[in-house]
Amino acid sequence: MLRLILLSLLNRRTTALLSILGIAVSVTLLLGVEKLRVSARDSFASTISGTDLIVGARAGDIQLLLYAVFRIGDATNNIGWDSYREIAARPEIDWIVPLSLGDSHRGFRVVGTDAGFFTHYKYRQDKGLEFAAGQPFSDMFDAVIGAEVAAALGYGLDSRITLTHGTGALTGADHDNLPFRIAGILKPTGTPVDRAIHVGLPAIEAIHLDWRSGSRIEGLNITEEKVRAMNPASLQPRAITAALVGLRSPIQTFQFQRYVNGYRKEPLSAILPGVALSRLWALIGIGERALGAVAILVVMTALLGLVTTIYATLNERRREMAILRANGASPYHIVLLLVTESAILTFSGAVLGTMILYGLILMLRSAFEAGFGLQLTLTLPSAREWLFFVLVLGAGLLAGLIPALRAYRHSLADGMTIRS
Amino acid sequence: MEDEPAVLIRDAAFCWPDGEFAIEVDEFALARGERLLLLGASGAGKSTLLNLIGGFLRPRSGQITVLGQALSDLGQTALDRFRADNFGVIFQMFNLLPYLSVLDNVLIPLRFSRQRRQQAGDAHACAERLLSRLGVAQNLHSRPAAHLSVGQQQRVAAARAMIGAPHIILADEPTSALDHDNAGKFLDLLQAETESTGAALLMVSHDMRVADHFDRVIDLTSIARTDGRNSEACCG
Ligand SMILES: Nc1ncnc2c1ncn2[C@@H]1O[C@H](COP(=O)(O)OP(=O)(O)O)[C@@H](O)[C@H]1O
Ligand SMILES: [Mg+2]
Repeated sequence: MLRLILLSLLNRRTTALLSILGIAVSVTLLLGVEKLRVSARDSFASTISGTDLIVGARAGDIQLLLYAVFRIGDATNNIGWDSYREIAARPEIDWIVPLSLGDSHRGFRVVGTDAGFFTHYKYRQDKGLEFAAGQPFSDMFDAVIGAEVAAALGYGLDSRITLTHGTGALTGADHDNLPFRIAGILKPTGTPVDRAIHVGLPAIEAIHLDWRSGSRIEGLNITEEKVRAMNPASLQPRAITAALVGLRSPIQTFQFQRYVNGYRKEPLSAILPGVALSRLWALIGIGERALGAVAILVVMTALLGLVTTIYATLNERRREMAILRANGASPYHIVLLLVTESAILTFSGAVLGTMILYGLILMLRSAFEAGFGLQLTLTLPSAREWLFFVLVLGAGLLAGLIPALRAYRHSLADGMTIRS
Repeated sequence: MEDEPAVLIRDAAFCWPDGEFAIEVDEFALARGERLLLLGASGAGKSTLLNLIGGFLRPRSGQITVLGQALSDLGQTALDRFRADNFGVIFQMFNLLPYLSVLDNVLIPLRFSRQRRQQAGDAHACAERLLSRLGVAQNLHSRPAAHLSVGQQQRVAAARAMIGAPHIILADEPTSALDHDNAGKFLDLLQAETESTGAALLMVSHDMRVADHFDRVIDLTSIARTDGRNSEACCG
């Protein structure tokens, strides 16, 4: 029977191949969307790792995550420097990295921090930041830029930049009296770090010496020489925006989180980045579901095409069916024949589609990693992918039933006479 | 069961669902091993009758008994199996699946009938033997069926109808696509083959000239009453 079907398909190889190709492309798309979705979710979920808690002024966890990690939106409040020092001195703390936000440079956010950022910021399990060129800041007016900043603005080592007060593009709000030198360029990470300009905390303080409560104090005329001559203590920040915290033991996480949330001197929040990330993903996951729905529609279109093709050939194959009937095939054999046929076409299409996808991943994964920071792994299909595979096959079988039932009715009505 | 006739019809009536054509057979018998030619004009109902005997169509009343088995006693599945076991069928033309080889075409009935598979023994050897005896040269056996001439195709169809020794061969105008010489040769071979296997042959045709290859020749009108639109068989 199988041989019969295969030979019959071979006899109609052009249409059969087209059907297989249609299904293959749709399966490539379906599984590809799934792979991208998983990879996007994974890379999103590992935007920041190795950090046990993020501390900021009292806020919702998603809001805190958005401005501290993704640099989206602004903090409504700061952490006083004294509070920061007190928290940093706690025995549970392994390391703590301050973040001071609020300035920008040509659309990219400026992050005031300290050198610890470059050793403690981890993403994708425990990948650390690496320098494509240069090194962490050694001088007060050194800046370290992310890969995307370097690429977008064409900066190299020792380029000079001036920062802008605020995150908009207000003219005349430049800190143009104090230019920075680019001391380091980071390698691409696929995280918001790529889009940030990192400078030391004292530098943030210095460029704001002539700024008070949001406006410039005229006539102060701060220059680089004046700043360098100042007592370092006077460049100590009064407040920061957030802090990344690593604890000595993860067991202490919840206890320490309670301590921060209950901090007396000012209202603070500590969030677990992993939890906040997955909550945020759940919010923006609607796009991912829409993408999945489109992929499923494409598969359904391909199967519809399969039904149409088989259906269209039924009339010319009526004779084939009648010959088989006259030679002992029952109408059930006819049904089996057509259902098996569409199963073979669907299966071949699904296998081919999977192979195309893996070929594409093999070819494009470095481009994807560099371009989008998405890691496409060449792993064995996941349980979900298997499920998709099986669902496509099942749908192919069901689709095969439609022409099969028509052929069944034909063959009962035709008997051994062939009406052409 | 062995001494029952191959086919026995009593008072069978049938009409196509559209009511355009009706046929009534009071009495018809085909003995085992008998070669019978049933003559009738085109549209007289010959194919309809073969369909009834083969169990492809069921009469609305009356009895059709094949090899002692009343077809009406068989359910759809049992009837399909009974047909696969006991009937070989030859059409007027286009008998073969064009994409199968000659040999594979001959082997088709064995796929659907265990009984015929057992009776054929070594299927390939059996098919080759039948083909050779029916004058299909060895070098054609592995060719696609579509490459053969009409005369050769009909002989392949005869070999296929005969494989696994079914008791009854139904032939629906198998010679009408052949010229006179080829028709004669084809019937010679068919006659010799049915003689050696002992199968009964029921052939329908509108062609008187082939009559001398048969034990008995009857006219459809002598056993059946047929009617056009709104006939009694349909409505009464
Ligand atoms: N599948 C069918 N549906 C309806 N009417 C049919 C069908 N097959 C045959 N008939 C009608 O039955 C009549 C006899 O046809 P048929 O048995 O094929 O005659 P013959 O084989 O003697 O030429 C014709 O009038 C034909 O129109
Ligand atoms: Mg006919």
